[in-house]
Amino acid sequence: MDFAYSPKEEAFRKEVRDWLAENMKELPEWWGRPDVLGPEVDSEEYHQFSLWWHRKLYDAGFVGIAWPKEYGGRGATLLEQVVFGEEIAKHRAPGPTNLLGIGWCGPTIMAAGTEEQKKRFLPKMLTAEEIWCQGFSEPEAGSDMVNVQTRAVEDGDDYIVNGQKVWTSGGHYADWAVLLVLTDPDAPSRHRGLSYFLLDMHAPGVTVRPLRQMTGHSEFNEVFLDDVRIPKSLMVGEKNQGWYVAMGTLEFERSGIGTSIALENTVKDLIKMAQEIERNGQPLSKDPLIRQKLAQFYIEGNVLRYTGLRALTGQLRGERPGPETVVGNLFGVELNQRLQDVAVHLEGPYGRLMRGSKYAIGHGRWQYSFLRSRGNTIETGTAEIKRNVIAQRALGLPRDPR
Amino acid sequence: MDFGLGEEQVMLKTMARDFLEKECPKQLVKDMMEDEKGYSPELWKKMADLGWLGLAFPEEYGGVGSSFLDLAVLLEEMGRALVPGPFVPTVVLAGMPILAAGSEEQKADLLPKIANGDMILTLAFTEPSGSLEASGVTVKATPAGEDFIIEGTKLFVPDAHVADYLLCVARTKDGPNKEEGITLFLVDARTDGIYTEVLKTMTGEKLCEVSFRNVAVPKKNILGKLDQGWPIMKRVLDEATVAECAWMIGGARWILETTIDYAKERIQFGGPIGRFQAIQHKCANMAVEVEGATSITYYAAWVVSENDPNMTLAASMAKAWCSDSYKHAAFEGVQIHGGIGFTWDHDMHLYFKRAKSSEVAFGDGDYHREKVAKMLDI
Repeated sequence: MDFAYSPKEEAFRKEVRDWLAENMKELPEWWGRPDVLGPEVDSEEYHQFSLWWHRKLYDAGFVGIAWPKEYGGRGATLLEQVVFGEEIAKHRAPGPTNLLGIGWCGPTIMAAGTEEQKKRFLPKMLTAEEIWCQGFSEPEAGSDMVNVQTRAVEDGDDYIVNGQKVWTSGGHYADWAVLLVLTDPDAPSRHRGLSYFLLDMHAPGVTVRPLRQMTGHSEFNEVFLDDVRIPKSLMVGEKNQGWYVAMGTLEFERSGIGTSIALENTVKDLIKMAQEIERNGQPLSKDPLIRQKLAQFYIEGNVLRYTGLRALTGQLRGERPGPETVVGNLFGVELNQRLQDVAVHLEGPYGRLMRGSKYAIGHGRWQYSFLRSRGNTIETGTAEIKRNVIAQRALGLPRDPR
Repeated sequence: MDFGLGEEQVMLKTMARDFLEKECPKQLVKDMMEDEKGYSPELWKKMADLGWLGLAFPEEYGGVGSSFLDLAVLLEEMGRALVPGPFVPTVVLAGMPILAAGSEEQKADLLPKIANGDMILTLAFTEPSGSLEASGVTVKATPAGEDFIIEGTKLFVPDAHVADYLLCVARTKDGPNKEEGITLFLVDARTDGIYTEVLKTMTGEKLCEVSFRNVAVPKKNILGKLDQGWPIMKRVLDEATVAECAWMIGGARWILETTIDYAKERIQFGGPIGRFQAIQHKCANMAVEVEGATSITYYAAWVVSENDPNMTLAASMAKAWCSDSYKHAAFEGVQIHGGIGFTWDHDMHLYFKRAKSSEVAFGDGDYHREKVAKMLDI
């Protein structure tokens, strides 16, 4: 049992640190400063900022770290990827953008796409020249993801697609999407009637309408598809194998250490706030009940971190993912929700003020993150579905009646 | 970067699991609850022969030379089997401080006997106040010629009634700084004036009241230095806390596995109850907590093994989490088993009671959370 990294990994860490020390000076004043009001997360200014920083990371060789070199990646090891995530989180630096692309769409194309598709799409995905979004969910296909109704019908060298997608994050500025459509409504099982396409978001017939979320922002969208033509060459994998293409995406790094460290930073911020706010003649951090909560969050951050390292160890040893892998994600999102809830609670009456209001603490950063956190147990799989997955896949319990 | 068990540790774990499944069945556990000694001398000898008692002692003292981390691996399996008897008191509560602070003579005399299974020891620390702080040590030891005379009552002393030696934590000097003036004495249990009464416990563990009435202990039986026993105790408490956590995660994982098996077998409404989401989600929640407990406990055991200064912080984090998670697992373990989970006949109550008991041993979650808050300067 040994938590140390190898000299090669420590050298990479130094490279990342040195780069961050030099380049973080160029970040705008509002980055990471709760006392400076920055642009809204769904604004054009924020998007341009993300692209600018991404480009710097890309030029320094820090995007697609573990991607193969032939597709523009660094070809680095899993642990180097972990080290990068650690340093970005520790320094509270922005990360790369185009996360859906680089994290999901790209690995899927790498696993199941043709050489032409890989060559055409992967390099520009890495540079963020082309932004990607995910067209899976529909009004009738949420947790029941296989219940896709968007229809694709063969027509010569193309397919003609009609339907609607929902919760499409980043759809409003995306150039491309991965799309799950129904190509065989008469298939013996729903899983065998779907196909996976790459959709040009600028193609005729594609309409994107923003959806407004609880925080007031529009981070995701509805996407309407009216007689959209997609060339057959943009199908990934075989016809009617789309479900399996979507499920077969290359595995990511299991540690979740970046999220862990970010959460630990949030705990630190919460402790600091509790030390700064006074009530009844003493800082909140002296109240025994609040101390219990703060200490518990610190402990839970560590529980999350070490569970992630067990998962990473399993991955390094080439083992199949065990329960320690799947529980981390669920635990992390619920921990964040509890944290955010307590944060607003600690603000007392100031907890009622929104971002940008006079008197709002930290420009209302906790209001935004508290409201936004409610989506964490719904997106990328609801907490209930995740519990089903833990029970059925990790613990071996029978399939629930559906 | 490798946060997993090494090959030898896996072997130790597997071997311990197989051995205890055979040699420490639940019937033995239940019998020992009623038994006067509370442990099986046959099983004790077998564990000694396997090298378990001297696992963490150096070879020169008759041990195996393994680490505290290795001991934690063993303790997890012993906790899973609910092994009755004075293993932790002998090895962790008394053996480890003797190893850390004993004179050459004391180590050469006592450690091989422990390793051979020829000697049982325990630690007499807590008093009726239940405090784990230095200020809680009020049992007095007064100098008298070549001896010290110990006077006072210790409470919740595990297995004192079968111990050959009691490592007694006494106050030899009183002043404003309570951490000064504490001395550890190796007291022969047969000394005149020691009155031991076994208390009735929820788990059947043998916790004792030990009254010291004018008990004479030779000066040479001081462990470490006069008045400077507290630093030794702090280390003992960290190790005892992590050892308790290792024991706890063994039991918690038994609950998780047993409950999942039951959920797959128990048929109601035309199929196994494990197919219902309410049951699945309870099991998933249990898994989250048990995996978390495993992670934080092995981290703490590693920190202790490495003599890392973060030891006390790690021990408190682990105990706070395990205190809650073993208990939660036990609550759901009973619940998912329905009626039979509530019976004496089913094994679940043995773990349920151990979980609750362990929650409050060596400091509960609230106590350790406050310790963490202080250590972080919150």
